Amino acid sequence: MKILTTDHLTREFGGVIAVNDVNFSVEQGLVTGLIGPNGAGKTTLFNQITGVDKPTRGTITFDGKDITGLPAWKVSRLGIARTFQNIRLYKELTVVENVMMGLHFKVGKDPFHGRFLQAVKSYVFAQRENREMYERAMEWLHFFGIESHAQDFARSLPYGMQRELEIARALAADPKLLFLDEPAAGMNPAETAHLMDVVDKIRSLGVTVVLIEHDMKLVMNICDQITVLNFGTKIAEGTPQAIKQNKDVIEAYLGKEEE
Amino acid sequence: MINFFMLILIYSGVYALMAIGQNCITGSTGMLSLCHAGFFCIGSYVTAIMCKMFGISFWLSLPVAALAAGFVGFLIGVPTLRLKGDYLCIATLGLGEIIRNIATNINPVGITSIPRASLFGYQFSSRNKGAFIILIWVFVLIFYILFQQLAHSRLGRAMNAIREDEVAAQSNGINVTKYKISSFVLGAAIGGIAGSFQTAYTLTVSPSSYTFMVSVMVLCTVVLGGMGNAKAVILGAFIIQFISYFQQLTGLTNIIPPQANQMIFGLILVVMMIWRPQGLLGRDKYRYGDPRTFKEKLLAVAKRKGGER
Ligand SMILES: Nc1ncnc2c1ncn2[C@@H]1O[C@H](COP(=O)(O)OP(=O)(O)OP(=O)(O)O)[C@@H](O)[C@H]1O
Ligand SMILES: [Mg+2]
Repeated sequence: MKILTTDHLTREFGGVIAVNDVNFSVEQGLVTGLIGPNGAGKTTLFNQITGVDKPTRGTITFDGKDITGLPAWKVSRLGIARTFQNIRLYKELTVVENVMMGLHFKVGKDPFHGRFLQAVKSYVFAQRENREMYERAMEWLHFFGIESHAQDFARSLPYGMQRELEIARALAADPKLLFLDEPAAGMNPAETAHLMDVVDKIRSLGVTVVLIEHDMKLVMNICDQITVLNFGTKIAEGTPQAIKQNKDVIEAYLGKEEE
Repeated sequence: MINFFMLILIYSGVYALMAIGQNCITGSTGMLSLCHAGFFCIGSYVTAIMCKMFGISFWLSLPVAALAAGFVGFLIGVPTLRLKGDYLCIATLGLGEIIRNIATNINPVGITSIPRASLFGYQFSSRNKGAFIILIWVFVLIFYILFQQLAHSRLGRAMNAIREDEVAAQSNGINVTKYKISSFVLGAAIGGIAGSFQTAYTLTVSPSSYTFMVSVMVLCTVVLGGMGNAKAVILGAFIIQFISYFQQLTGLTNIIPPQANQMIFGLILVVMMIWRPQGLLGRDKYRYGDPRTFKEKLLAVAKRKGGER
């Protein structure tokens, strides 16, 4: 079953067509890789889907709902979480607070109805809510093995952990679909290996993952499906084996990459 | 001399309230706004008008002042909060001045001989500063506690997240616009309450006391103490008031011109931004999920203090 499809999705920046008429789809429960040379439009495609930016044309359907042009905060509440290519942590908040932010809209619904009353309740019963959120956030920190840093400022974490913390924050929202924008960028081999384990674990939680990655070994190892973009256009999609042998892809991307 | 100290205590109380409001806007949510003098002005006028013209008690005028300032904050906030950084700063600066100009145009002299505030038959007057100090600092304490509760709740955390990274906050399901406006309105309302107390103390209001310099002083208070840290901004209020009354305190009014203050505040802002952007006390790090009970925490603090001696 397709959990997400884009239909003729296009994003133009002035004269630049960053995403050009792309029909992209994600199969539920699988890990989908999105690859392509620098400037191919991968991040832009992510931004359109997650509501960070609005498409010029085309539609996006998630879980049977049309989510085209919805603001990011609504998209995330529907069950799409993401990380960013240039890490966007809340640097002056603690590690555990970062993950608690991921839980923000997960906690504190009942017994009051109406937004205003919910806000009042959140205020008055803050301690109780905090405890619940804290415990759930700590579970995610355990999942990534960074619980000993819970009370450190996010900015003080080493780079690899910052990337993992961002994934933890995204996962805390209990998403159906998780977008990772170059999660292994800047990681050393040990950190990358850990990341691959983590992605496997995430898949076994039943979360559908889409990831952008330049590290071909990682992509070929963990992805079930791969979509290739070049100059904003989709040039191929299929299994890793098929992509490895695809002539267009080798020309546009792998050929260059391997010299 | 002692009178001067008491005066500083009163004004630092008023400014501490304002700084708590500004801290909500700038420290927590990261919006650089420069119109607290406007909210202060509105609060002052509401109390002045209600007490003088309608003979309503000061205590009733207090919530009305907060509501009025909050409402104006809403009117200012909706169009301007889409702007960022410097642009927001300039837009709010202009709107703050507009508030003062409206007051000047209606009546350049202002309102004088406003009836005193009273509580259980006791009248607060500037002659008995001690009672007024207690009154204002009780309110500073109340708003400090209310603010701390906000800062350590889901709502306050969302505001902090917006300050740290708006795009990430959006992607965590936070309606950034709504939170920004709420934070702005709350900050404005607290500014209005500070205005009420100002009126209750001086018993006069005049448009000339709500200049742009007041906004700068409030911002300076927050930056000096430490953005986002309520304890720190109260400390900042003390220091700033002490500086601004320094000449009178030392009797050096002939030597140091009053304009020197403006230079000092400007200097403080620049120096702090460069060398200690986190403020004197720095960020308030809150430990969530600390399993110790309140009593155990107190004991731990006592033990630490004891160890230092
Ligand atoms: N906000 C923007 N304004 C103008 N042009 C943009 C904007 N965002 C992206 N672009 C352009 O769109 C194209 C695609 O950029 P995008 O960041 O999506 O590429 P990418 O595939 O993620 O590349 P990389 O692998 O380097 O991250 C680039 O040519 C870029 O310059
Ligand atoms: Mg990119």
